[in-house]
Amino acid sequence: MSDAVLTRLRALLGSAGVEREADGLPRATPDSSESFAQVCHVASEEGWRIRLEGQGTWLPADAPAELALSTRALDQVVSVSPADLVATVQAGAPLDEVRRRLADQGMWLALDPPGRPDRSIGSILATATAGPLRYGFGSVRDHVLGCAVVTGDGRIVRAGGRVVKNVAGYDVTKLHVGGFGGFGVITEVHLRLRALPRADVTFTALGPRDRLAAAARAIGAASLSPSALEMFSPALAAEAEWMLAARLTGTDSAVVGEARRLSATGDVTWQQLRADRSAAFWGLTARAALAGPITLRLGVLPDGLEETIDLVGHDLDEGLVSAGGMGGLRWTGTTSVERLRSLRRAMAAREIPMTIERAPWEVRREIGHFGAYREGVGQLVSKLREAFDPKGALQVALEGSG
Amino acid sequence: MQSLLPHLERITGPRWVRHRRAELATYAMDGLPTRESPPAAVVMPGTREEVIAIVRELHRAGVPWVARGAGTGLSGGAVADPAAVMITLTRLNRILSIDPARRRAVVEPGAVNARLSEAALPFGLAYAPDPSSQAACTLGGNVAENAGGPHCLKYGVTANHITELEVVLPDGSTARLGSRGGEAWGPDLVGLFVGSEGMFGIAVEITTRLVPLPRAVRTSLADFGSIRAASEAVSAIIASGIVPAALEMMDQVCVRAVEASIYAAGYPTDAAAVLLVELDGSEEAVVGDGAVVDNLLAQHGARSITSASSPAERARLWQGRKKAFGAMGRLAPDLAVQDAVVPRSALPAVLDAVGAIGRRHELVVSNVFHAGDGNLHPNISFDRRDAQLAARVHQASGEIMEACVAAGGSITGEHGVGSDKRDYMPLIFDAATLDAMCAVRRVFDPLERANPGKVLPIHACREWRAGGVA
Ligand SMILES: Cc1cc2nc3c(=O)[nH]c(=O)nc-3n(C[C@H](O)[C@H](O)[C@H](O)COP(=O)(O)OP(=O)(O)OC[C@H]3O[C@@H](n4cnc5c(N)ncnc54)[C@H](O)[C@@H]3O)c2cc1C
Repeated sequence: MSDAVLTRLRALLGSAGVEREADGLPRATPDSSESFAQVCHVASEEGWRIRLEGQGTWLPADAPAELALSTRALDQVVSVSPADLVATVQAGAPLDEVRRRLADQGMWLALDPPGRPDRSIGSILATATAGPLRYGFGSVRDHVLGCAVVTGDGRIVRAGGRVVKNVAGYDVTKLHVGGFGGFGVITEVHLRLRALPRADVTFTALGPRDRLAAAARAIGAASLSPSALEMFSPALAAEAEWMLAARLTGTDSAVVGEARRLSATGDVTWQQLRADRSAAFWGLTARAALAGPITLRLGVLPDGLEETIDLVGHDLDEGLVSAGGMGGLRWTGTTSVERLRSLRRAMAAREIPMTIERAPWEVRREIGHFGAYREGVGQLVSKLREAFDPKGALQVALEGSG
Repeated sequence: MQSLLPHLERITGPRWVRHRRAELATYAMDGLPTRESPPAAVVMPGTREEVIAIVRELHRAGVPWVARGAGTGLSGGAVADPAAVMITLTRLNRILSIDPARRRAVVEPGAVNARLSEAALPFGLAYAPDPSSQAACTLGGNVAENAGGPHCLKYGVTANHITELEVVLPDGSTARLGSRGGEAWGPDLVGLFVGSEGMFGIAVEITTRLVPLPRAVRTSLADFGSIRAASEAVSAIIASGIVPAALEMMDQVCVRAVEASIYAAGYPTDAAAVLLVELDGSEEAVVGDGAVVDNLLAQHGARSITSASSPAERARLWQGRKKAFGAMGRLAPDLAVQDAVVPRSALPAVLDAVGAIGRRHELVVSNVFHAGDGNLHPNISFDRRDAQLAARVHQASGEIMEACVAAGGSITGEHGVGSDKRDYMPLIFDAATLDAMCAVRRVFDPLERANPGKVLPIHACREWRAGGVA
């Protein structure tokens, strides 16, 4: 079987576009949306299942399939318009590479997702994994103006556009950002940029969890506007206590003023990080999400953080916890399918969605990225999947087996 | 239809079902002056349960329907053809709760936009999206159109402020999309529903974010000797990286209309264009960015800059902008309010092109728009009773759309496609993408009964049914 798939793919893409993975699976690495579409079309016709891959740094490449389809040859920054603060980037481009290219021209993509710095842009979009900067700049979807997507059966859909405001047609982009590839492969994206801030300063404070959480809420209530405000568990921060970190960006005078107000808010003692350490600090906390095989996020509101952290600690392991000042909690660690199921039930009872961002296939297959939906939603999602992947070629476990 | 009316009357009581010709005339148009068509009947539910019962009844009877809020839409979205029933949601206008600690509000779909901000004000909070129609338009209509407004430049459009929706699907079943916190519960169906122009179902309960009022605000009015200079100033401000809370432009036709009206705000009538720039945030940021912005304005030829920080003075500077549409009613009986978006660096060239199109067709074109987003509103004054003039307006509108698309833009930034822009959709979307939209619509509405004939061009939707391309 695998030889037949390999031969067919080589006929489509040439031998440079096809290789074998470590486990012998043929891997196609097309270098255009059009050739992606050809591969999906053929796979869909033949009934082959497709495993989607980016740079391979986030989700393990372990879904059972007849072929792997990777965006790693789609790694170009297509265009950057400094005057419009918009860039078009191929989905396989590594984030750090994109960041460098933008910084050269004084621009910034205000996304700091968990994981390695060379994560592909496509994987960040598909999993909607935002990091601490969501406090000031919103979630992943808020940075996306449009995207090209190849559907499971090989059609190219070009949703949205390259302008910052646009209501033409339905907002199909939203389905793909955070869709985990279940509705198609993102191949190219149009991103909203910001100017690289002139000042970028990080403060940290250590202390008991509840005191830090109260300080984070006080900062919110006082309408301070840090770009990031995130609380890290001792294991994640590699400290003896919990840590609260605030990142202030903007002009020099604005940051100085905000820093002054920050130090007057909440019962905590802030330390300013040395300028040369702050990028490394945020990089390390992002990478911590890879410390265990499973990463999940909980859509909790700020006033529910402590209780939710307790529940997670009780139902799962201690793990590594990162919690946003405006809510949203990310946990990384090792645990069982049974425990994840029971946590998801406990969260659903509190109206908190739980999304598995990263896990081995045995776990994804059982409980899915999303698990059970709310009232009336399940049938919509399955019909949407049918529309975008009629033959079920994309091997993505959105719901799991229940 | 006659047999349907008693069923509807049983649901809402006869008082809330209208079907006489004279009663229906009120509902024959929305804010778009070029499309007029009375529905078969109008039904006005007073509760969420009545909405569900009505949709079920229409589903059973196989009758298409159109949801309507305040009817201020500018793309013909809330207009029904004579075979369809209109479901008007203005009685469902309660603000159900405001949770200041969590910064959330829960409202019924007929709640008026401005009422929500008023209700949030005592808590030091506001609902950020502020369409110029905010005194009348409803949150349900805002959700359906993904409405914007001057302050959306910094704070984001409706989609950025809706966290949870309860919707009644066209078969009468209900679904809860999103979550209170804002994290999608599964795929982002709230994001997909917002902007679906009444074609995916009826939003019956809406949870919004509320944002804290800024600590400091500074509004400036700058006037320019040419539109080009003003638009170059806009491009320069955006390129500087400063994100103003609002950055609005009005041209001379518009300024003169305002100054001649009861809304006169003291704008200089000899200016070719004025810019309103609002900065907000911390005191230091407002002062620091203010100096940079003033400098950029001056560099690009601003003849004078007037700044205000007190609420009363700021309100006066805003007054002319907020009342511009009302004031333009003085120029002619009808106003074709256009809506398009261009990359901000293309503003000077596109505004030149729009001016030339107006002159070529001998039309009065005025511009009042969200310059910071590149969201143009070239407005054409006319009288729809003059068929020949109306034809020229139609022709010019098409040319303006083409110019915006050629510059890399979009055919609508906030007013939606409705029936007005439907034929322009192929200018920006290829067949496969239009087909995908058709497929998404059929997921929500397989029988195509919710707001039929809007958004999607009639000839679209074939290929998807036929199967793969590649
Ligand atoms: C003077 C003026 C200024 C304006 N300024 C702006 C502006 O700055 N920014 C902007 O974005 N728009 C603006 N508009 C356009 C308009 O006000 C907005 O589109 C607004 O969101 C429409 O709200 P409405 O309640 O009037 O909706 P309607 O016009 O009644 O309906 C609009 C659409 O929404 C659908 N709909 C209504 N309620 C629901 C519901 N509960 N569930 C599902 N679908 C529903 C309808 O079917 C229709 O397709 C302006 C209009 C005018 C007249």
